[in-house]
Amino acid sequence: MLKVKDLHAQINGKEILKGVNLEIRPGEVHAIMGPNGSGKSTLSMVLAGNPAYEVTEGSAEFNGKDLLAMPPEIRSHEGLFLGFQYPVEIPGVSMVNFMRAAVNAKREYFHEPPMSATDFLKMMREKRAVVELDNKLASRSVNEGFSGGEKKRNEIFQMAVLEPKLSILDETDSGLDVDALRVVAEGVNKLKSENNATIVITHYQRLLDYLKPEFIHVLYKGRIVKSGGPELALEIEKRGYDWIKEEVDNQ
Amino acid sequence: MTMSALKQYLDLFDKHHDLIDANGAAPLNALRPAALQMLKDMKLPKVGADNYENCDLEEMFAPDYGLNIAKLDIDVNPQATFRCDVPMLSTSLFMLVNDTFAATAGAFESIPEGVEVGSLRKFATDHPGQIAEYYGKLADLKNPIVALNTLLAQDGFYLRVKKGVKVEKPIQLVNILENGMPLMAVRRLLIIVEEDAEATLLVCDHTQNPDLKFLSLETVEIHVGNNASFDYYNLEESTEKTSRASALYLCQDAGSHVSIDGLTLFNGTTRNEYYTSFNGEDAELHLYGMGIEDAHRKVSTYSRIDHSSPRCASNELFKFTLDDEAKGAFTGRIYVAPGAVKTEAYQSNRNLVGSNEAQMTSRPELEIYNDDVKCSHGTAIGQLNEMQMFYMRTRGLDEATARLLLKQAFMADIIDRIRVEALRDRLRLMTERRFAGESSACASCSRCGK
Repeated sequence: MLKVKDLHAQINGKEILKGVNLEIRPGEVHAIMGPNGSGKSTLSMVLAGNPAYEVTEGSAEFNGKDLLAMPPEIRSHEGLFLGFQYPVEIPGVSMVNFMRAAVNAKREYFHEPPMSATDFLKMMREKRAVVELDNKLASRSVNEGFSGGEKKRNEIFQMAVLEPKLSILDETDSGLDVDALRVVAEGVNKLKSENNATIVITHYQRLLDYLKPEFIHVLYKGRIVKSGGPELALEIEKRGYDWIKEEVDNQ
Repeated sequence: MTMSALKQYLDLFDKHHDLIDANGAAPLNALRPAALQMLKDMKLPKVGADNYENCDLEEMFAPDYGLNIAKLDIDVNPQATFRCDVPMLSTSLFMLVNDTFAATAGAFESIPEGVEVGSLRKFATDHPGQIAEYYGKLADLKNPIVALNTLLAQDGFYLRVKKGVKVEKPIQLVNILENGMPLMAVRRLLIIVEEDAEATLLVCDHTQNPDLKFLSLETVEIHVGNNASFDYYNLEESTEKTSRASALYLCQDAGSHVSIDGLTLFNGTTRNEYYTSFNGEDAELHLYGMGIEDAHRKVSTYSRIDHSSPRCASNELFKFTLDDEAKGAFTGRIYVAPGAVKTEAYQSNRNLVGSNEAQMTSRPELEIYNDDVKCSHGTAIGQLNEMQMFYMRTRGLDEATARLLLKQAFMADIIDRIRVEALRDRLRLMTERRFAGESSACASCSRCGK
């Protein structure tokens, strides 16, 4: 589904990604962990196509297509979703209008007619249930005045609406209390299928306890320096990153 | 040395003052000598001079416009051809065809008792004493727009809402520019809302012929009595060849509530001036405005809010978007007098500049002469937020759609504050269409080719 090869990227002339390799197949859940500043969020931004980042080397193939050649909106239509670490507030744009525009943009891309108002509202209702998102939030401006937990739920709600093939969830667990974490994690699990895949970026084991990724990667200094199974996450939880840093820095 | 653009008007007055007076009315004619004296000694302000950022009155007044001082019937029938973009709002629809008053059929029928509305010239002829008491009392002849307007004004719109009368339905005035040759329309509005009265007036400025140059020279005087409430909306939908120079003067008595909205949807070159004052305590003013500027359009706004009475509140917000080679300016002065304790005055100007060639100048000015006040001002000139753009694009919205939604969102707080529901809904749609690049002009206008 996703093949990232030797990906280098920079922002404002500073190189952050220094050769990332990653392969993801349908049905898989991968976790990317790593100390602060190792490039985790940069990787998610680059894969989603943030124009502020410049890819200087390497490639990324998404379902056989050149991901890096697509603008962000086409990546979305093709099935890539980014759950933001800091969901952006957009005062004055209502959630409903935003989602309607998003849904119909995708339908237009696949030469389908716009969704009828009734079908759209029905779908919104169903998808809200996935993360127990309050109906009131749908009529408010995008993320404006949402609590931290509501913002993250709103990300998963949008993921449910857009039905992506590959979801990148960037620290979706940060700022969540235990109950909100459970709701969000269960929401992600409900959306999981053998045809889609998920990358979770996190610092903490507790989200991984819910999502049970088969693959754990450690990103450090802009490269994936270690990959393993669920036991790697447990070891990091116990020992931190210092032992991995030492391994790498001594090479 | 180039001759001042004023000279042609002074020459015109010199030659034809009898004709101007004959088609005017005594209270209007009475102020012409003072206006003439003022103009003779006046030099039009230079662009960028104090309070005249991005505003060139010389250039606005310079073209050789025709003036219909003989009040000849211009061969147009706006009632037959004109359909307003804000339909079903009101049955009380009045017009100024260029500078001559006209009423649509049935317009007077829905006007309740205790309301005088109609031609300024007619009222000034029939009740000279009543008009003279208010006419020219707020507008300052030192202002070139006012002086030239006063020199030449012969007709306009008059509205008086008597004590305690509450007019539920908005009254609508449509200003139309329509002629076979370039034309200057001299318009004068006199509005008196007496004690405890309530009214809403919507003024729409339209230009029917997009190929000709027009100048609308407007002076508006609004008197609002004790505990009265008045909402004034002015929506400009003109053409790129239309110039508008407008000066609005407002005086509010104690306990009154006034809301002024200046909405520029389509224009050419626009100068809007607002001068407001409080003549009593506990009065409240909301002064809002927006402008959507692209191509070579220009808008220059000046406001002065005078807090001379204690315990009054003003809230000012102007928002502009500028694209292509558009130019805009906002100068807002708030003056708080030494005795005006417990004043609350908030001013904000926000601007989105979407191209390297577009220009915006913003000058917030607070002059405060006592300590017991709550005042704030803020100004921002910026671009669309890149993170918001990216967020929307990751959800599948293309750049153009994301930009459109963000621009609409930018204007949302201006539109949401409009208290007339039909106008608010309509303006939301018109703004959306305007940002999407469509003309939102009325169906009858040649601009959309129907």
